[in-house]
Amino acid sequence: MTQKPAIRAEGARLFAAFQAAGAVPVEADILLPAETLLDLYGEDIRARAYVTTDPLQGEMMLRPDFTVPVVQAHMAHGADPARYCYLGEVFRKQEHLGNRPSEYLQVGFEVFDRAAPAEADAEVFALFAGLLDGVRARPVMGDIGILMAAVQGLDTTARRKAALLRHIWRPGRFRQLLDRFSGRAAVPEARAALLERLATGTPEALISAAGPMIGMRAVEDIAERAAALIEDAGTKPIAAPEAALLYDLLGLQAPAEAALAHLRGITFMLPSIAPAVDNFAARLEALRARGVDVARLPFQAGLGRTTMEYYDGFTFSFDVEGLPAVASGGRYDALTAVLGQGRSIPAVGGVIRPEVLVQVRA
Amino acid sequence: MIKIGVPSKGRLMEQTFEWFSARGLKMQKSGSEREYSGHVAAEGVELVLLSAGEIPRELAAGRIDLGVTGSDLVRDKLADWQVQVSEVAALGFGHADLIIAVPAAWIDVDTLDDLDAAAAAFRVRHGHRLRIATKYHRLVRDFLTAYGVADYQLVDSQGATEATVKNLTAEAIADITSSGETLRANHLKVLSDSLILQSQAMLFRSALSTSAEVDALLRRLSGG
Repeated sequence: MTQKPAIRAEGARLFAAFQAAGAVPVEADILLPAETLLDLYGEDIRARAYVTTDPLQGEMMLRPDFTVPVVQAHMAHGADPARYCYLGEVFRKQEHLGNRPSEYLQVGFEVFDRAAPAEADAEVFALFAGLLDGVRARPVMGDIGILMAAVQGLDTTARRKAALLRHIWRPGRFRQLLDRFSGRAAVPEARAALLERLATGTPEALISAAGPMIGMRAVEDIAERAAALIEDAGTKPIAAPEAALLYDLLGLQAPAEAALAHLRGITFMLPSIAPAVDNFAARLEALRARGVDVARLPFQAGLGRTTMEYYDGFTFSFDVEGLPAVASGGRYDALTAVLGQGRSIPAVGGVIRPEVLVQVRA
Repeated sequence: MIKIGVPSKGRLMEQTFEWFSARGLKMQKSGSEREYSGHVAAEGVELVLLSAGEIPRELAAGRIDLGVTGSDLVRDKLADWQVQVSEVAALGFGHADLIIAVPAAWIDVDTLDDLDAAAAAFRVRHGHRLRIATKYHRLVRDFLTAYGVADYQLVDSQGATEATVKNLTAEAIADITSSGETLRANHLKVLSDSLILQSQAMLFRSALSTSAEVDALLRRLSGG
């Protein structure tokens, strides 16, 4: 890798810029306990991260990103508010032959601040935009919080909302569920047959007729889901206009200001999104105050839905044709609650990949 | 020297020998019954007896030119397998389906959609992800990711996978089955939409094996 010195120098330059912007430099271990990461991300991370076994500490993982260790360190003994930056390697298995590196530098900036989320969002984005000024990369931003608010406001059961929220980061599955819940897709044959069968007796009787109980999933687990299925079968579909609004939101792509106008226009039909749309408006205002041209900045409501499932508000990336995004980030308030064991703090941040930056400049 | 990798024991080895012999390339074991060495009646061709699970790796590395193994193993063990090996011929035996199975007593679970919902509730109630025992990690993970199943984890099982549920080391399994008898005997049922792969024994060629001698041998095998 002949470019390594140039990449490291680029990383150091950005790292210094983050410090100049008020961030405290932090370190994170390269070898991390796998359990926390696996618990957060599930099997997807096992496919993408290097897992190894330590004879004493059990399963360990080569750092797949900095967010988790930085959040953990902050939740354990951080100041409030705090700004951190870091520079170091991350490791990702590549499942396809090609020239995507499995080891590369990330330089990142994270803000933990309760005061003004819109200001913090704008601070991070404007800082990144400034550092990437003149770089051939397309900035785009999104907001998962608006999608989540829309789902929470649907006129349907708590169970259906929970199922949709659980899959908000899996667009295909989300759509499949929404199609079913809104009556666009017919009840699958297998489900119809299942419901017919469940109607023929008590769950306990059906279970004992089906076979001996083996494994940890108990009779109560099965009976509870059977009851949930019967309840769901009697639930009325999500009304067509409401579902249409959600489909519209999923596909929303427009310059940020126009997107805001569109969202304002549909809020009276989806009142639950009003606070999230207000947040979006405040963010645009804060961005404008920092000199970002929000009339032209592209917005995609669903940006960040297919990456690691922790963004739950503002998202952004700086995309480069034919290469990984040169920078990406977003807001992950819920992650701090998961890792904070009862405590939480609003957090937003992002990373730049110096090696992509060097390639774009070359 | 052309090297052909063949599974080192059992029915798979015997049927592979029969397949090659029927096409004019006589193969047999040499030495004692227990010795892993074989003989092929052709100049410039060497028989290499290997575990079926190691044949994909040996093909990818180019240490063997040709190899017989299950299409399941090639797809599971090699990333971008089509770039690393090519399929030369389906041998017509070793048929097996890679599927996902759950306890027959799970009256509420027939499909992947059910499995996903059951996994969500299981995690809340039991404090850990629903475990699926398998040795086909890549194939199963890719399949479940493509469908959008969440809240599960794979646990490794290299044998007697059907027993893991009863032994409380997994809640479900992903394994190959041909008749389904072992599944039924262990009180498991197949999810109706969980056919991950229909596998069979295949002759593969390493992408690194490009010599004209191998081309000629393959023409001979195909009767050309």
